Amino acid sequence: MSKRVVVTGIGALTPIGNDVSSFMEGLKQGVSGAARITRFDATGFRTDFACEVKNFNAEDFLDRKEVRRIDPFAQYAMVVADQAIHDCGINLDTVDKSRVGVIWGSGIGGFTTFEEEIEAAGRAVGVPKYNPFLIPKLIVNIAAGHISIKYGFSGVNFAPVSACASANHAVILAADNIRLGRVDMVVCGGSEAAVTRAGIGGFSSMKALSTRNDDPQTASRPFDKNRDGFVLGEGAGALILESYESAKARGAKIYAELLGTGMNADAYHITAPEPTGKGVIQCMQFAMKEAGLNTGQIQYINVHGTSTPLGDVAETNAIQSVFGDDAYGLNISSTKSMTGHLLGAAGAIEAIASILALNHGFIPPTINHFEDDPEIDAKLNFTFNEAQQRDVKAVMSNGFGFGGHNTSLIFGRV
Amino acid sequence: MSDIAERVKKIIVDKLGVDESEVTSEASFTNDLGADSLDTVELIMEFEKEFDISIPDEQAENIQTVGHAIEYLESQVSA
Repeated sequence: MSKRVVVTGIGALTPIGNDVSSFMEGLKQGVSGAARITRFDATGFRTDFACEVKNFNAEDFLDRKEVRRIDPFAQYAMVVADQAIHDCGINLDTVDKSRVGVIWGSGIGGFTTFEEEIEAAGRAVGVPKYNPFLIPKLIVNIAAGHISIKYGFSGVNFAPVSACASANHAVILAADNIRLGRVDMVVCGGSEAAVTRAGIGGFSSMKALSTRNDDPQTASRPFDKNRDGFVLGEGAGALILESYESAKARGAKIYAELLGTGMNADAYHITAPEPTGKGVIQCMQFAMKEAGLNTGQIQYINVHGTSTPLGDVAETNAIQSVFGDDAYGLNISSTKSMTGHLLGAAGAIEAIASILALNHGFIPPTINHFEDDPEIDAKLNFTFNEAQQRDVKAVMSNGFGFGGHNTSLIFGRV
Repeated sequence: MSDIAERVKKIIVDKLGVDESEVTSEASFTNDLGADSLDTVELIMEFEKEFDISIPDEQAENIQTVGHAIEYLESQVSA
């Protein structure tokens, strides 16, 4: 790698906290963000709960006209981007904005807008008239557009889309653009707002969601014997990636260095994990090789671990293939047990959880463990139910998306 | 002020996020009230919905101020 890339700012809006410090508190306490859906009347849906962002009022951050013209997924993006930009301490009056990019992922984009407008069109008599904001509110790349417009950042700007790997791809591509010298700094991350009728209904039809309607708070239980699907989450995470030279030159605080990245494809099935795990294994190995680390030098893996019956076993097997006996020395945890699955934003908030683990010496727990799954090696440390203290020097964060997209990030202390 | 004028102004305040005091008869949507081309299309659609009429494109192009809108809608709705 030609240039070192570091993280100098973070921002989070999650089902367990609306900024980084409350998110961290939620991770330490093992809080569940799940509850009955409030975004719409979910009565009669096979799943009627989700991990929603709470107490969020867009007008606290955006003017009334912006709120109307911007879908919630992009509103979330603007809120966390603002947190991260302020956190990184750049002077917006003097920074060379042509050297700042924005790479922002989302799995689906403006789902609320899509649903409202298409349903309205379906009710129309004759040729429907479509709202002129339908397209610019819906398209996934508009979040990156809005962030650039608000701050004037005119460097590289686009949206990677790879379902639940989108935000990880955003981080990787941000790092690549910095390494290639195209920009010094990138606002990157992902956001998702898919707790809608079609979002819940669509994932339900795939039998991907937990149906534990009588106990939403324990529904997301990765690696537990009785896990029955993921819990849909929403929110956003932002990271400021910056070249080490740029960060040093301006005396910025540095949270972590992005040591290695991996990305590839299963090339197998649109939604099912490849049974031998070879794609995921190779993806983790790519990241290890790029980082120049051996398996004994990683202390924590923040897994994709969505709480689906097949996915959790496949990822565990892949970790054991890559790490061998060193797997028993790892802390492994799925923060989705607390936040639910934020789809295209998952990679961003999990990268932030990983960076907080590096900086604060704790491993966020996998909550809701009740019964071991005989298919999963009980000697592994999944950090069940309570956070653990540990000095973490390097952490891996995995993200996999429908379509067979695999991504791994490795962060280390500087 | 007519009922139609009241309803038109309410839509403009709501859609453009401006203060009611700015919505004068002479105010231009684009020059004075901060509307872009997408806002003006949406405003016309809102007028159509509110008054249950259809505004042809060639008429819509002539509606550039608050006064134009009120005048046009009064001629169509009372007719």
